Amino acid sequence: MSHYNFAFLDEQTKRMIRRAILKAVAIPGYQVPFGSREMPLSYGWGTGGVQVTASVIGPDDVLKVIDQGADDTTNAVSIRRFFERTTRVRTTTRTDTATLIQTRHRIPETPLAEGQIVVFQVPIPEPLRWLEPRETETRKMHALEEYGVMHVRLYEDITRHGHVETAYDYPVLVNGRYIMRPSPIPKFDNPKLDRSPALLLFGAGREKRIYAVPPFTAVRSLDFEDHPFAIERWDQTCALCGAADVFMDEIVVDDKGGRMFVCSDTDFCERRRGR
Amino acid sequence: MYVAVKGGERAIANAHRLLAEERRGDRSVAELSLAQIDQQLGLAVDRVMIEGSLYDRELAALAIKQARGDLIEAIFLARAYRTTLHRFGASRPIDTDGMAIRRRVSATFKDIPGGQILGATFDYTHRLLDFGLAGADADGAKAPSNPAEPGAAAGAESGGDLAALGGRLPRVIEILDRDGLIEPEEPDSDRRAVGDLTREPVEFPAARDVRLQSLARADEGFTLALGYATQRGYGRNHPFAGEIRVGEVEVEIVPEELGFPISIGEITVTECQMVNQFKGSATAPPQFTRGYGLVFGHAERKAMTMALVDRALRCRELGETPASPAQDEEFVLYHGDNVEASGFVQHLKLPHHVDFQSELVLIRTLRSEAEARAR
Repeated sequence: MSHYNFAFLDEQTKRMIRRAILKAVAIPGYQVPFGSREMPLSYGWGTGGVQVTASVIGPDDVLKVIDQGADDTTNAVSIRRFFERTTRVRTTTRTDTATLIQTRHRIPETPLAEGQIVVFQVPIPEPLRWLEPRETETRKMHALEEYGVMHVRLYEDITRHGHVETAYDYPVLVNGRYIMRPSPIPKFDNPKLDRSPALLLFGAGREKRIYAVPPFTAVRSLDFEDHPFAIERWDQTCALCGAADVFMDEIVVDDKGGRMFVCSDTDFCERRRGR
Repeated sequence: MYVAVKGGERAIANAHRLLAEERRGDRSVAELSLAQIDQQLGLAVDRVMIEGSLYDRELAALAIKQARGDLIEAIFLARAYRTTLHRFGASRPIDTDGMAIRRRVSATFKDIPGGQILGATFDYTHRLLDFGLAGADADGAKAPSNPAEPGAAAGAESGGDLAALGGRLPRVIEILDRDGLIEPEEPDSDRRAVGDLTREPVEFPAARDVRLQSLARADEGFTLALGYATQRGYGRNHPFAGEIRVGEVEVEIVPEELGFPISIGEITVTECQMVNQFKGSATAPPQFTRGYGLVFGHAERKAMTMALVDRALRCRELGETPASPAQDEEFVLYHGDNVEASGFVQHLKLPHHVDFQSELVLIRTLRSEAEARAR
């Protein structure tokens, strides 16, 4: 890989992306357009997250990559391998020793710490997209803080079903100003966004947007006083480590309706079992 | 007992080995050379160069070989390579009047200065499978005794003495321009930087240079369907093929230290100028309008549909009310890129079991509540 620069991207591109990141940090929850590059992996596989990681990673970083909470899913393996080849940085599966964590669809169960950076892979950055397909319109709505449609939608869900019908990518209000998509994490993980000590960076490659939640920023999941936001709960504990109050993977074990529930966070589960 | 999805790394390595194996196919069949792909699958090479935005026949041929003939995958490979290349400047606008013509047709006039030049075209072939090509020695029998220079083959049929035109073939559309029957086309200032959507994210409304770049890179099938839809009434703009020309043009740059243009090579391009009806408005008299298509290589279908969609997207500027997808800039520019589209559609193959679990929890809650209410 000696033909390529450290972390694949050239330094000019990294500078451009870092500028976008700085702007995103300065305006929490605001989607900053950036000159997203065509990466050697497919759109939808984390091109935005990879560009953000490539722009902030340094030789002393310790990188963890997860997909669906697990370090050993194929795409997590593939992205970790990409950075191993292009940066030779140390990698880890341990949340508490990683300085940089790239993730798709989960926030680790182990609490994040000050100084850590979490990079989220984002498919659709625009929280208003299903309500208004036009970017020209949604940008205006954000500028004018015109968020009534979102509240109406959540309200309609409650009147119709008794619940908000969004289980993942549940919209949040960042720093009291911008409505933001937390990327398709389960709403179980939303509370971890609030006043997180870690810097949270969101990269959407195909849609060419970067946004951020700086450390210790207020992130509120949208709700109503009489219908407060609530997260998923399972009756079962993890069949492997016995953990309760974690996000569970449901494993189909036979063709007779048999199920077992295990931690989605493989690092968390393994270390509990090791103790 | 539950077995964790371990060994991802080995599975991926094995998958790559298997892919290489399948790409090669039966080893008793001779391996394809890049020259063979370039020479005998030249139009596939053209498409990869167009939608890959990279004029390099050899790299395009390599991409086609590596992608096993999946052209969208090949375009992706070309793009991912292109993105790593250093940008050292923009060329001067190419001069298609000065094109070394291989083919040139106009549907708007019977005869034109310089003549209609049929060139190599499928247009009047009868689409009968030529079983003569199936044999191993197919071309030995068929090779023309004197392989003609491109362009000279079908010849200028009439009207054409290039010497009288100073070696230049003026575009047919300029005949209309001279009489003021078509909207004038004003060249951009040389000093204005050329837009590049591969370096800067698109903003709306997009400038025409960015729009044309986007259309040139857009999936041929997507633009074809949109262009076709305009012909069937979804954003109709009454097109005539003013002119389609294919041939070689020189590419010039002006290096800062020299201050005058130097030629850096020659590329083949296909250019299409559509002439579209326009009823006129309160401020403009009735006049024909233009749609423009330009692509690398020989790709008339792509150049024509590009011109149709370009004209459709000019609706606002011409005071027409956009009502169809082809007239909707955000719709066209956001969805025409097949590398983006293919990635996002296919990413559904990646694991989504966390999101799905969230949905399962929610739907089970909703169902148990509904059952409780029913009781």
